[in-house]
Amino acid sequence: MPSQTTDTPAPNIPTISAHITLANRWDHLKKRLGFGRNKSHIEPGLYAIGDPGPKSPVFASANYSLSFDALRSALKRVDGYILVLDTKGINVWCAAGKGTFGTDELVQRIEATSLADVVVHRKLIVPQLGAPGTAAHEVKKRSGFIVQYGPVRARDLPAYLKTGEATDEMRRVRFTLKDRLVLFPVEVIHMLIPTAVIALLFYLIGGLPAALGAAVAITLGAVLFPILFPWIPTANFSTKGFILGGLAAVPFIVIRFTGGTDTELWQRSIWGLTHLLLIPSITAFLALNFTGSTTFTSRSGVRKEIFTFFPVMAWMFGSGVVISIVMTIMRFIRV
Amino acid sequence: MLNAYTVNTLRFNPELCNNCVMCTTVCPHAVFLRMNGAVRLEYPERCMECGACQVNCPTGAISVDSGVGCATAMMITALKGQKEVSCG
Repeated sequence: MPSQTTDTPAPNIPTISAHITLANRWDHLKKRLGFGRNKSHIEPGLYAIGDPGPKSPVFASANYSLSFDALRSALKRVDGYILVLDTKGINVWCAAGKGTFGTDELVQRIEATSLADVVVHRKLIVPQLGAPGTAAHEVKKRSGFIVQYGPVRARDLPAYLKTGEATDEMRRVRFTLKDRLVLFPVEVIHMLIPTAVIALLFYLIGGLPAALGAAVAITLGAVLFPILFPWIPTANFSTKGFILGGLAAVPFIVIRFTGGTDTELWQRSIWGLTHLLLIPSITAFLALNFTGSTTFTSRSGVRKEIFTFFPVMAWMFGSGVVISIVMTIMRFIRV
Repeated sequence: MLNAYTVNTLRFNPELCNNCVMCTTVCPHAVFLRMNGAVRLEYPERCMECGACQVNCPTGAISVDSGVGCATAMMITALKGQKEVSCG
């Protein structure tokens, strides 16, 4: 349930506030860090914001608290209604892709809340990113309500409401540095344990330099790549990852060559080769997996990337691991 | 392969278009443009295959094999032997 429910201006329609409390901000922070994402869903239904009447606008939203809070906080000086769909606690765009924010749920929610009895008009402002799951012409046919797509970002709603139109910029999805930095904390937290486990495994097969190399490769691919990728040359995520990982491998190769003077040159060369095989392949794999977090990669493009570059990554990684194991065994038997 | 993202499944049949401009409204990457009173598929390479234009086209002028452009989801789906790619 929303934490800001107060009185009801009309029977069975709870009123919510546009104010974001400290508790809301704490909830947002936890979700940004990856905790409690499956908890505290907003109860689907109709809510009043401000002091709405029968002519007030109606806004559709998902029942994910970040989506819902973004909408209500953008409606500070607006009297209206918010129709919350049951998207299983998933944000508008992802839910639209899955179809849970979509035509069927919208029509069903309009009927379940008797929206036609609450307002005299037949217009519904739906977030633009709900469009992949919502067929506006079908909604009209089945419910009588006309879907008007609002801007991509809820914060543009006040400007949209003034003119009734979204500018071209309001209709564009971006992926700015700020957007990418928001992902930084959750990426760090998600990768802490896997990085420690993988670094330990690499320590066993290749010693401290291998463990450090693995940790650097994972940190680069999972944490820094999301921030840096627009500035890395080439268009494909995999090749960007290869480039970043290749650059990161250079100091490890230099250390292998200059640090282990008690071993033969051929041994130092092969250890250097393992870094060149392992670090770029790990970074490239993680870079490829970042495609799902972006706002612009197509399924066709990602599929092409997988078929083209995944075999190269697998071959490099497998070769690097096998060579490392062989070299470690040879060191133990003092070849 | 220089750029995997230049070709996609988006197709537009102008003969079926009734110029409702819904595609220009819902597309988050301005793939379609309104020019001289008609809709044009101007930047097909920007398409991320979200399917919003196809779903909201009342005349069937647009087709796209929509889906999730997420490598993790696609690889997990393939490993599980599933057909429908989903990100959660």
